Amino acid sequence: MAQATAPPRPLPRPSGGTSVVKPPSRRRSSHLVAGHVFLAPWLIGAVVLTLGPMIISLYLSFTDYDLFSTPQWVGLANYRYMWEDDKFLTSAGVTLKFVLIGGPLKLVAALGVALLLNRASRGVGLYRAAFYAPSLLGASVSVALVWRSLFATGGLTDRSMSFFGWHVGGLTDNPDYAIYPLVLLTVWQFGAPMVIFLAGLKQIPRELYESASIDGAGRMRTFFSITLPMLSPVLFFNLVMEIIHSFQSFTSAFVISGGTGGPSNSTLFYSLYLYQQGFTNFHMGYAAAMAWLLLVVIAVVTYGVFRSARLWVFYGQDDA
Amino acid sequence: MTTATTPVRNRGRIPARSLVWHVICVAIGLVLLYPLLWLFTASLKSGTEILSNLSPVPKVFTPGNYSKAADGISGLTLWRLFGNSLFLACMSVAGNVLSCSLAGYAFARLRFRGRGLYFSVMIATLMLPMHVMLIPQYVIYQKLGMLGTYLPLVIPHFLATEAFFVFLIVQFVRSLPRELDEAAVLDGCGPYRTFWYIILPLLKPALVTTTIFSFISSWNNFFSQLIYLTDPKMYTLQLGLRLFVDQTDSSAYGPMFAMSVLALMPVLLFFLAFQRLLVEGVQTSGLKG
Repeated sequence: MAQATAPPRPLPRPSGGTSVVKPPSRRRSSHLVAGHVFLAPWLIGAVVLTLGPMIISLYLSFTDYDLFSTPQWVGLANYRYMWEDDKFLTSAGVTLKFVLIGGPLKLVAALGVALLLNRASRGVGLYRAAFYAPSLLGASVSVALVWRSLFATGGLTDRSMSFFGWHVGGLTDNPDYAIYPLVLLTVWQFGAPMVIFLAGLKQIPRELYESASIDGAGRMRTFFSITLPMLSPVLFFNLVMEIIHSFQSFTSAFVISGGTGGPSNSTLFYSLYLYQQGFTNFHMGYAAAMAWLLLVVIAVVTYGVFRSARLWVFYGQDDA
Repeated sequence: MTTATTPVRNRGRIPARSLVWHVICVAIGLVLLYPLLWLFTASLKSGTEILSNLSPVPKVFTPGNYSKAADGISGLTLWRLFGNSLFLACMSVAGNVLSCSLAGYAFARLRFRGRGLYFSVMIATLMLPMHVMLIPQYVIYQKLGMLGTYLPLVIPHFLATEAFFVFLIVQFVRSLPRELDEAAVLDGCGPYRTFWYIILPLLKPALVTTTIFSFISSWNNFFSQLIYLTDPKMYTLQLGLRLFVDQTDSSAYGPMFAMSVLALMPVLLFFLAFQRLLVEGVQTSGLKG
């Protein structure tokens, strides 16, 4: 075990990156065993619960499978059927609408409030914590039940909107509007991206703002020329995470619509329909195909965001 | 805001601006916390009043909702639901703390062939929608006869499948000074003892963050519980609450919201006790990526 063959180096030295200097091959080989021992739980999980199932589900997506009989190979039939399946097309549309409306609104709210809180003042910590709280609670059934009542016919929003002369009934009972309470529920949870924005804002060097103000830049100009470019890597990160998460929303739509995705499939999120197909109808092959399509869509969208990042994400030349 | 040291000259101007700022922040806070306030007051109203009475103050103060909630729903007492949720949350915490700290140390400190590949796989799983694994996992658990047990909800945590926590710990270990490891190596410690005596004690803050987030996400988990728990005796709070949805009788609303309040309590308490750590956890795992 004694590795002290190399002469002991002087102790005080800058941390980070120095260990590259001496990896004796003996130590490396001993880490080969230790590394795999430490990683054993993760490796088993990765093979048995992640990579293995991914491959199996790709296989199942080309089969007709109901969990009880053996899978029957059907080629691309599951994928082809999607284009004729009205319920599938509706659920894809609903999900896309949710992602496209809810995502940007949430990020704008997060950025706006982060700018508001980005100052050294008494109470910042308290406000930040209070605004973050919905992010922890929003995924629970309890909150979904609250939303269900708030937006039900005869509920608070119905009656306040009627008071202002807008009679549409309960939003959750109206196919044209039922998605919006769900959008509101996701925007309500802007706290998590806000916290990340706040941390990003703290990283922007003060000198930039000082020189901008010396150059006579106004607030708007400062925001668009300094804050936004400097914050773009964080914005990029939040955008990717938001897209990935909102494509997978389930609980709120399930609870608010009582598991149906109604009224008239207007809240039939993609994962909700996948759940219905897989675990209510036992169309496991079709559900697996839907899952793989979801993966491909998320991958393509994420890749698109990554590619476009070159155009709008600013990574500082030296530091930042 | 009325500190005596503030120069008199500034008194009129700066507090006024900061007052506006506070008013805006408080207003946002009220709007955001309103649904929770609504929930709390609804839990004290009678069933018929919940929709009809818009005022937050109950006309008929009904604390009996809570004793009805304690009686539970469909023959399941609140304590059983609560106990089941608590058991699953504790198992999830134990599993994540154990498996993710082991994996995090290996990724951050040990050098061995394959680490780079494994690390990329781990990062890729951060973005993987769970649906892609869902159906084969269900089939595997079914073949192993584990459907209707807690195992499908417990095993994944002991196998470090939540890459978020592995990544959190990797980032934390990387921030620890390497001199400590090297001193341990010079003293003759191998990787196991270095982990046990040096890294693990220092990991405490990251493990606390892992504990809190694991607990909350297991507590709020709905999808997996919905799929894997078939026996009502094993139902959790989230599944129990969902049973209320099928009841159309408005008299069930009071107990339903009372139970909702109780179901949020552990999360709220964790939040109040650890809010600083939670916020920092979001920052480190989010930003340093």
